[in-house]
This record gives sequence, structure tokens and C-alpha cells, in this order.
Amino acid sequence: MTEILRLENVSKSFGGNLAVNDVSFSLEEGEIIGLIGPNGAGKTTLVNLITGVHPLTSGKVIFAGEDVSNQQAYQAARRGLARTFQIVQPFPNMTVLENVAAGALFGGGTGSVQEAMALAHDELKFVGLAAVADTPASSLALPNRKRLELAKSLAMRPKFLLLDEVNAGLNASEIDGALELIRKIAARGVTILIIEHLMKVVLSISQRILVLHHGELIAQGDPRTVIEDPQVVEAYLGSKFAARVKAESHHV
Amino acid sequence: MKQFLYFGAFALWIVMIAATPLLADNYTIRVAISIAMFSAMAVSWNFIGGFTGYPSFSTAAFFGLGCYAGALAQRNGVPLVLAWVFATLFVAVFAAMLGAIILRLKGHYFAIGSIAIVDLARLITSSWGSLTGGGDGLNVPLLQGTPQEVSALVLYVMLAILIVAFLTSIYVDRSRLGFGLKCISQNEDAADMVGVNTTSFKIVAYTLSAVFCGAIGAVYASWVGYIDPTDSFSILLTLKVPVMVLLGGAGTLLGPVLGAGVFVLLEEVFWANFLEWNRAILGGIIVFQIFFLPNGLLKIQYRTLFRKLMNKLAEAPKPAEKSS
Amino acid sequence: MDIIQILLNGIVLGSLYACIAIGFSLVWGVLNIINMLHGSFIILGGYLAFFAWQYSHINPIFLLPIIATLLFGLGYLLQYFFINKVVMSPVLTTLTLTFGLDMILYNLMTVFFTATPRRVTLDLGSLNLGDMYLPVDRLLGMGLALLLTGLLFLVMRASKIGRAIVAVRMDRQAATLMGIRVNNVYAITFGIGAFMAGAAGVIFSLVFPITTNLTGTFLGKAFVICVIGGLGSVPGALIGGIALGLIESFAGYTIGPQNATTVGFVLMLFLLIVRPTGLVGVKGYE
Repeated sequence: MTEILRLENVSKSFGGNLAVNDVSFSLEEGEIIGLIGPNGAGKTTLVNLITGVHPLTSGKVIFAGEDVSNQQAYQAARRGLARTFQIVQPFPNMTVLENVAAGALFGGGTGSVQEAMALAHDELKFVGLAAVADTPASSLALPNRKRLELAKSLAMRPKFLLLDEVNAGLNASEIDGALELIRKIAARGVTILIIEHLMKVVLSISQRILVLHHGELIAQGDPRTVIEDPQVVEAYLGSKFAARVKAESHHV
Repeated sequence: MKQFLYFGAFALWIVMIAATPLLADNYTIRVAISIAMFSAMAVSWNFIGGFTGYPSFSTAAFFGLGCYAGALAQRNGVPLVLAWVFATLFVAVFAAMLGAIILRLKGHYFAIGSIAIVDLARLITSSWGSLTGGGDGLNVPLLQGTPQEVSALVLYVMLAILIVAFLTSIYVDRSRLGFGLKCISQNEDAADMVGVNTTSFKIVAYTLSAVFCGAIGAVYASWVGYIDPTDSFSILLTLKVPVMVLLGGAGTLLGPVLGAGVFVLLEEVFWANFLEWNRAILGGIIVFQIFFLPNGLLKIQYRTLFRKLMNKLAEAPKPAEKSS
Repeated sequence: MDIIQILLNGIVLGSLYACIAIGFSLVWGVLNIINMLHGSFIILGGYLAFFAWQYSHINPIFLLPIIATLLFGLGYLLQYFFINKVVMSPVLTTLTLTFGLDMILYNLMTVFFTATPRRVTLDLGSLNLGDMYLPVDRLLGMGLALLLTGLLFLVMRASKIGRAIVAVRMDRQAATLMGIRVNNVYAITFGIGAFMAGAAGVIFSLVFPITTNLTGTFLGKAFVICVIGGLGSVPGALIGGIALGLIESFAGYTIGPQNATTVGFVLMLFLLIVRPTGLVGVKGYE
């Protein structure tokens, strides 16, 4: 296994408030990693730091052996560090196909617009949106918008995909569909970091879990160990919930 | 097929304008020059205002700088054509450098900043008397030839600039660059996230919006033979060009040409017939356009409109019966 | 020239500038509209003052409330029937619309009033303190400008409509839910902007000759002051105005009056890039 992403003592402060405090970890290629933590723990900020949206206050981000601490967002995209947003960000008046083609053309470095369109078509089939390829993105309902966001990121041919709450607002069957899709993406060899609130979802899909609390990384490891970690239980899960999850996961 | 029709219409329009020196009187040629000139500037503005969606109001700064750069080069012994080329390049470099700074602004702040550039350029030109002649203006060496020859020459040069600008816009529209600009206009953050280098894309669009205006300005100065700061850096011009594009259809290929043509022709009609009320009538056109043609002439659903109109007419009681 | 004299000139000029900019700043801050009509409103106020004075020989100071109220009505109607329809559109649309309306108003003024410079001459003499020299009409103008600014501040702070305007500015949706009629508040805000512009015009007609050619100049000053002072707050416009008055006064003395305006614009562009929220730092909602 080779390392794909490493954070070394990464911190970020907004006007004196430490949103992310001295976080270090290392991720292997091909893993699915869950990132959990209470609201305001700094999960989205961490994603923003990794993808160049915010500059780091201190520390280093190493991606595929390269120091990318000072990158711009568009450079991250071109390097193969793609992400989705908690609040989806389509180009509203473009068609679904064009939205995905934008990912292929710029992030994926496809040579021409025609090629990008062709590639976009494949990705739309992959996520199951081929039928709505020519409708404007603004006309999609939420579950499909999330799929569009995924297709757009995939068209960028990412090595690493950060999924920020892709399941928020979806119902149970929609979540199952989304999870299946994520597994399919992982099968393509893409490393995935997934931010998720639903513990059941995280536990079922992640090979490893990182726990963020008050901007600090308080635990990491395989799911079962992490949910038994007393610190995590206290900070995030609550003891009752931890017991229940543990019981449930024994049944499975 | 539809595209073929569009470009056929454009080619026909260009041929009509180009034929004026052979067929029509001097007044008509002057109108034709105006149309070519404003069409080229409108196509230019479309790069930043239409494709990229940035409310830029610095057109007059580029036009005026083109006027002065061309005029000053000629007065210092640079031959005519070289002076025009110099002015064009000068404006392009100016726009690229300015763009790197001003394009960090968005929305209202960008709009205000871009207007301020025009004011600032006028003020500096007025007070830098030793170079620019200040408020007294500057005489530009006249073009050689009879008045007919001169206007024909000016017309063909302006048309050439228009054609180059138009072809550039077709190219941009189909290229990676155009795709990226459209992404920026829809959602700049998302564009950044899919890997569009938004800063440099915007600078390119801004420069394209300037370069043809600079060329037009230089040729215009040679044509009229006299320039001054008030006319060269006019706020009216800087707002008129975007209005033309909006009238035709922003972000489309033919919209700017259509809008500029319609606007200039309307303006001529009003100048000729209602000299005193010219400005108010143009203002009225702008207000009308904002409320009734928000997407421009090109995007009207003519068929639906026609059907609606016919239905209305059919429903309405016939006036002849009433009056009898 | 004495430094104190320059300072005094700057403050007098700056108070007038504040009065010019305050309505523009309010409209931008609350309605998110760059009002290209603002310069013409000022000139209209000035012309009305001149002709009313010429006809009736009543001191324009007493005419000010009437003229400003007329402008309020004009502004209210324009906003209610026209601008409100596109108030949520992008800046390109709203700016272009107000520019179109401005072309109409400007044309009407040139036809009815001609472009001849007009000035109300009250012959009030001047105040001499040591070597300092202050024309009384300017002092009067400054006093009026500050009085109006203070009044507007009180209206925004203490009156029901002032609070409604602030509420709409903060959160349009929440204000609607609270039962505020947003369209009406917008029209009143625009009306107040026009009121202040008209009042500024009356004051200016006492001090400088008024002509339609000045509409662009006034509008430009309003831009600069808003960027210096920040948007939508009375103190911001006052500070921005006085700052610009002082800057122009000093620049006029050191590098010549013809360059004074240029300095203002350069400063504005610099601030736009470095600190777009203005020196006072009241954030407009972008």
C-alpha cells in the first residue's frame, strides 16, 4: 500500500479561533475513510484546507508525495483532489451533461470540449443520470443533484475524492443507492474520504475512521475500535448510543 | 442548420454595410461606419459582460486610450498602420494589467471600479497637458484622400476589426476558454472547484473585451482628426455598449451585432427627427428593453409571440363594427 | 496658504460632500442598487431652488423642505413603479435601468432649464477671523448639510420607518415575515435618497453655480465617498464626505486644483482593492 495523503500538524485559525488544531494523519491509496465529529468540529474546514479553498495557518499537506500546502482550489482539482459540497454547487443554467463536462475539461484535463462531453456521458451513465443529460441542472431534485455532484467530481478523474455529507437530506432508500455508488467509485481505485453524520452509514462503509472534536483529531483507527474509544464516546456518541451501535454491529 | 442560417445572416449584413460606399451617399456611409464601430465594441464587451457575466463598464477607457495612443504615436512620427497596431497592443497590455487588479472585485464593487477607471482616465488625460494637450484636445494627422475615399477606408478597417472580433467570439464560444467563462458566469466558486483557473480566464476575457475597443478607438481618432478627453472617455459610451449587447442578447454570438445595429439605426432616426429629445428617447428604449426584452431580441419566442398576438386580435371586438 | 484655512475649506466642502453621498449610500446599502440618477436628482434640486427663488425671491433655505419633498415623491414613484420590478436582478440590469431613467430626466432638465449655470446669490458677505476667510453662504451650506445629516441619522435610529429600513437591509425575508411591506420600504428608502439629493442640490445652488454638466461629477463624488466611508450608514457617509473634502482641499493646495479630483478616484480604486468594505467598515451585503 502506498500513501496518498498526509497531513502534518495542520492548523487553521479564523481571527484567533482555532478551527483546526494540529491535525496529523496519513491515508493509504484505495481506502474509504470516514471523518466524523460533532457539528462545528471543523470537518468542512479540514476539507477546505486539503482542497486549497482556505490557506493553512500552519502545517503541511502532502498529496501523492508532493507538498501542496500552498495550492489554489483549481490546482487541487487538476491534481486529482476532487470534492463535493455539503450544499451542492451546480452551474444552474447549463445542462446536466455540460456540468459534468466542465469537470472533465478542466479538472480532468481533457483535450477538447467534444472529448469532455463524451467522457461526461460515460460518467452520467455510471451514476445513473444518463436519462436527464440534456435538462438544465437547476431542474434536478436533491438526490439527483447529489449524483450530479458526484459525476462532476468523477469526471475530474480524481485520485482522491472528498465527500462532504453526500447523504444529508436523503431518505433511507436513496442513501442505500448512494452508498452503492460510493462502493462502485472505490472499486475504481479512488481513495475516498467521507464526512457523514449517520453513524450506521459510516460504520458500514469505512475501513477506517477519523474523529474530529473542537478542531482536534481525538481518535483514528478501524471502526470498531474507534466507537469503543472512551474519548469518542464522551465527545460525540454519548454512552447510550455507543452501546446501541455496538449491539447492532454485533448483529450484523 | 440553425447556425448556418445565423452566420449567413451575419455575412449578408456585413456585405450590406460594405456595399454602402458603392451605392449610397456620405451620410449613409457615416451611419455604416457607426454600425461597424459599435458592433465591434459590442462583440468585444460580450466577452466579459456576456460570456463571463462581469458587469464591466470600462469600454470607454479602452476606446479612449486607443484614441490617444494612436494619435500620439502618429504625432511622434509612427506611420499610420503601425500606430493603429501600437494602440491596439498598448490597450491590450493595459487591460491585462488592470484586469489582474480589478477582477478581484465582484458585483457592485466591480461595476463601480470599472466605471471609475473611465473617470480616472479622463481626469488624467485632461490634466496631463504636456503629453495629451489636456482639455484642449489633440489634432490627429488626417487620412489622405478625398472624403469618399477616406470614409470608405475607415469603413473597411472598422469592418475588418468587427470580423476579427466576431470570429474570435465564435472560436472562444466553442473552446475550452468559452466553456470556462460560462462556468464562471454561472457559479464562480464551483468553477474554481472543477479546476478552472478563474483568475487567468477572467483576465483573458477582460483583455479581449478591451483589445478591439482599443483598435476601434485608434481608427476613430484618425477618422475624425480631433480628439478630446470628454468625448474619448465618455460615460455615455461606456454604458451604451453594454445596453446594445443586452438589447441583442448577452452571451450569444449574434446578439451584440444585432443589438448594435438596431440601436445605432434607432439613434440615427431619433437624431434626425427629434434632436432635442434624442437622449430621453434612448433612455426610454433602455427602460423598455429592461422590462420587455430582458433576454434581448434574439431570445424572443417570436412564434409564441405571434400566436398570442393573433389570438388577441381574434378575440378583440372589431373596431369597424363599433364605429359604425 | 495657512494650514488652518485649508483644513476649514476641507471641512466645509466635506460637509457638502457628505450631503451629496448620503442618499446614494443609503440606496446602495439597503436596495443594493447603484443609482445612476443620483447626480440628476441633485441638479434638479438645485434648479428648482434657483427658479423658485428667482420667481418668488424667497430665500431657498425656506424652500428646501418643499423641494426636497418633491424629490422624495419623484424617487418614491420611480422606485415603486419601475425599479422595484427588477430590484433583485444583477447589478448590470439595475444599473442600466437607473441609467436609462437618468437619460430621460437629464434630457427633461436640459430642455426645460437649459444647461446654463445658475446660482442663487444671496450676498451674505464673508467672515474674517485673522487671515482666515470664510464666505457666509458656505458656512450656511455647511450648517444645513450637517443639520440634514443629523436629522437623517435620527430618522434611521429612532423612527419606525428607519427601523423598518434597517430590518429590510439586514434580512429581506425575515422582514417580510414580520409584516413589513418590503416594496413600500424600498420606495421610501429610494425616496429618502432622492430627498437628500434634492436638499444637497438646494444647498449647492447657494454656494456654486449649478448646471446639468455637473451630474456626472456629483455621481463620481458619491462613488468615491461611499467606497471611503462604507455603505448604507449615515456616519460612514459623513466620515467619507469629510475625508474626501479634506483630501481634495490638501491635494488642491499641494498639487493643484485640477488634480484634486484625480486623487480622490485613485484613493477610491486603491481602497476598493485593499478594503472594499470602506474605512468605517460597515459591510454592504454583496
